[in-house]
Parts: sequence; C-alpha cells; structure tokens
Amino acid sequence: MHPALSVLFFTTLSGAGYGLLGLLGAGVAAGLWPHGLWQTGAPLLAGTVLVSVGLFASTAHLGQPRRAWRAFSQWRSSWLSREGVAAVLTYLPALVLGISVLSGTSGAGWPLLPRVAGALLALGALVTVFCTARIYSSLRTIPAWHNGWVAPAYLLLGAYSGGLWLWLLAALAGRDAAQDWQRLGLAPWLLAAIVAVAMLAALIKLLYWRHIDGAAPRASVESATGLGRFGEVAAFERPHTEQNYLTREMGFVLARRHAAKLRALSLALGFAAPLACVVVALAFLTLSPALALLALLLGSIGIFVERWLFFAEARHVVNLYYGARRI
Amino acid sequence: MTSLPPPSPKKLGLVIDLDTCVGCHACAVACKEWNDGGQFGPLPDEDAYGAEPLGVWFNRVHSFEVQPRRDAAGNGPLQQLAKTGFAENAPAMTVHFPRSCLHCEKPDCVTVCPTGASYKRAEDGIVLVDEDKCIGCKLCSWACPYGAREYSEKRGVMQKCTLCVDRIYNESFAESERQPACVMACPTRARHFGDLGDADSAVSRLVAERDGVALMPELGYAPVNRYLPPRPRRAGCGAATPEPAAETLDPSQLSPLLRWVDKLLSR
Repeated sequence: MHPALSVLFFTTLSGAGYGLLGLLGAGVAAGLWPHGLWQTGAPLLAGTVLVSVGLFASTAHLGQPRRAWRAFSQWRSSWLSREGVAAVLTYLPALVLGISVLSGTSGAGWPLLPRVAGALLALGALVTVFCTARIYSSLRTIPAWHNGWVAPAYLLLGAYSGGLWLWLLAALAGRDAAQDWQRLGLAPWLLAAIVAVAMLAALIKLLYWRHIDGAAPRASVESATGLGRFGEVAAFERPHTEQNYLTREMGFVLARRHAAKLRALSLALGFAAPLACVVVALAFLTLSPALALLALLLGSIGIFVERWLFFAEARHVVNLYYGARRI
Repeated sequence: MTSLPPPSPKKLGLVIDLDTCVGCHACAVACKEWNDGGQFGPLPDEDAYGAEPLGVWFNRVHSFEVQPRRDAAGNGPLQQLAKTGFAENAPAMTVHFPRSCLHCEKPDCVTVCPTGASYKRAEDGIVLVDEDKCIGCKLCSWACPYGAREYSEKRGVMQKCTLCVDRIYNESFAESERQPACVMACPTRARHFGDLGDADSAVSRLVAERDGVALMPELGYAPVNRYLPPRPRRAGCGAATPEPAAETLDPSQLSPLLRWVDKLLSR
C-alpha cells in the first residue's frame, strides 16, 4: 500500500496524543496524578494539540476535506466513522478536565468531577486508537493488516509514544526540583511502566512481522481469475501501459525490498535508543530533560518508520491482477 | 446509509464469457465514453497526452496465460483432461479477462464508507457512489479486492461502475438498448446483462449451463457477476504438431526427363 504522509502523521501523532491523554486520564481517575499546571495542564494541552494536528493531517488525505463532517454519520457500519465520532467525543472530557485544572483545585487527591472526566478521557483515548487500528485490520483485502496483532500494536505504540511525551513534559517540569531524583520527572515506577510498555510493543511488532512473513496466502491469481481449474495462471498483458490509480495506490514495492533493514532501524530508533536514554538518565539525573527530548525525537522517528513499513509492506489482493501470484 | 440493505431477490449483474472475449477493449472504451457523459460522469483524465497519462476507467481488460498442469512426462492429469478437454502436451492458452465491479452481495466497500456516499441499492443490488457525499478518503477502494473503484484525482471523489443504471432504466431508450454500454458494445457478445437472482433468467441459465464461476469466493464478498470459463478444446486441438516427416519422392511418378534429372542429381 502507498504510505501517504497524511495518514502516517495522522496515525502516529494522534496515537501519541491519545497515549498521553490516556495516561493522564487514567492517573487522574485513580487520584494519583500530581496537581499543577505543569503536571496536569501541560500534558493535557500537549495531548490535545497532538491529537488535533493528527486529525487535521488526516483531512489532507481527503479529496473533499470540506465534506469531512459527513464522516460522523455512518458509525453503525464504518470503523472510520466510529473513529471520527470517538475522536470528537474525547474532546469533551479533555475540556472538563482542562477547566478543573484551570480552576485550580489543590491538596491531595482529586474531586469527583475531574476524576470522572479523567476516566472518560482515558476510555475515549483507548476507544479512538482501537477504532483507528480497526480501520486497517478490518480490511480482508490486505492480509498484513487483517490479523489480531494490529490492534494491540496500535494501542501499545500509542501508550508508549504518549509515555515518551509525558516523560519530556515531566522532566521539564522537574528541572529545578530541589532533590536530584525529582529531576527525573516521573516517579520511577511510572518510568518503569513506560519501559515495560515499550518492550511489550516491540515484542508485539516482532510477532506481527513473524506472522505476516509466515502467513498462508489468502488468495491466488487462480482464484482471482477463476481459471485455476485449467492449470497455472500468470498475468500476460496489462490492460494499460501506464500506471493507474490501483497500481499507484496498492502496488508499492520499495518497502518489501528493504524490509529487513527498515525493521531493524525502527526497532533501534523506536525502542532501543529511548530505553538507552532512560538508563543514562538514571545515572545522570540532571541531564533528564535533554535525554527525555532525545528519547522522544528518536522514538518518534522509529515509530514513524514502523508506521511507514506498516503501510508500505502490506500487499493488497488486487495485485493478483497485476502480476502477483499469491497474496 | 452504508449498512447493507436486506438481500434483494433481484440481483442485477454481468456474465462475462472468457471463451469468446477477444480482448478488444471495446467494452472499456464504450464504458468510458458513456459514463464520461452520463449521470455519473465525467471521467476526467490527467495528462492525457503527456508523459504519464492517468485516468478513471470502470472497466479494464487484462490478459492471462494459462499453462496446463503436467506431470513429469509432460501430461496433464486425466481428470483435468476430461473436464477441460485440454489435450496432452497442449500449449498454453491466452485468456482475455475484463475486470469491473462485481456488485457483491456483501460489499465491504459499502460498509467501510464513513459518509454514506457508497451504497447498495435495495431494489436491484447495484452498488453506487453518491459523488456529492463522497469525501475522497479512498478507504472503499482499499476494501475492494477486485480493483473496481478508481479515485479521480481531478474530481476528488471515488468513481466506479454503475452497471449503467442511467441506461438500464432509461425509458427514452428502446427496450433493446436498456443495457449497459459495455454489453451493447461487445462485438463477440461475450458480455451478458441480467438478473442473477432469478434462476430462470437467461444469464442464470447461461451460468448453470457453462459452470460459471465467482471470483475470489474465499474472501467472502459474494460477488454477483459470473465468469464463464473457456469451453473445452476439441481433443487433440492445439496439441503440439509433430515435426513433419522428411519429404518422400516416388521417381516412378515422374516424367522420363525428370526421372533422368533426378537420377543424375542423386549421384
């Protein structure tokens, strides 16, 4: 599949934004989250901006962006429509939480209203990212997407990239802290949880790649033409000498040629490098903000490569009419 | 509404005869011409006379080569021979293959549409795009295994075969012309239009008679259109012809003069 930049930015940025909002919402709902503009307001604002930029990027993929409002209507059947509805609904608890942060509640614990808003925010973030994953994994025409590894990968990568943003914001908030360990930004258990999510996400991606490399083909050129009863079928002549929409959109070859290298690159940048930053930060606590920034930058590039591969490696069965034998 | 309507008894569709299709592309051209000016047009091209022409076509004619399966001795399996009539050592067969929308009974292209622009008509099963509602997200084309939908970069919307819905019910046409443009244009009558939901219709009988097939049934889209496989070849027809034996000459048939020349030259 052609990896359109608009869709890559949409899935990675909104994934990170919802990851950040989801972590924040869950923390507030549990009553564990620290108060303060930097601690709560900054991740809320950053998450909302990331989500909005991602959603805005997705409209660049549309041929008629001014009609985008129509996409909220078919939630009964379409995962894309459900994603749109969930995305808009998730703004509501974010708004409520934002108002209660600005109204300046303080002291230990959180009142009921922001806690309910936090729970709904976390739920909305989870549902929205799940819907995004289902847009792709529901397509029976693309075996590399139509499997059980796609949704967990989207959810874990969203939580992980949101966690990297959270670390950066927390490390900036704690840069002048009195005690050295506070300069790490996050409580050690929370940072450990983000590391655990990163490792789990990397494991899911490895299992995903193993699955798509070994999966039995869904269809063949014989079944696509109905000519299998006569023998072996091979494309002999194309209907057109130039490209058409189908060959441009669905016949993308470059990624599969370099898949092994790109997978290694996405693992190294996306997971290994940020984890190394965490380890170094534990040793040099005062460097935490710089290391958190580095972790976020490298991790985001790695996840972008991962998402590029997710699209570019996937083969659409329509290629059976254009020379592919089994997909 | 992109939820599917309850299955209709009427299932309009095409039956395409791969035995008689000669791959002339007349269907594709007639389709382009009709729909460019029809209710669902235009079908604009980009860079039509330039270096990289690109444009929307509802109909594409591929050609495939079919190599009969053989065992180590070069023979095809007997059951296969009985069924297909492929002679032993038969050479490969070329099959021209027009590809267009199959108006599936379970079209994912419709259910994935977020706007309600894609829909399947309850009354006759035709799958259409309302181009005024389409936002051009292209997801429907990703959901179609048959490549039936092509996106128009110029118009910013998805376009697809309409089964010439603006012809088949058009009362300003004579009854005989209320057929899709591709069917009307086919010079070998390889394309047939009708109700595949009615077991007694001409197209349904043709499918039963000729053992018509659905494409990629394993994906579960339940396409309505059917393809009629090439007819069995006559036994021996197409078998590799043996090398012609060396020419023989009977000198006794020659005139005395030529017999003498033959004798002289044969020394």
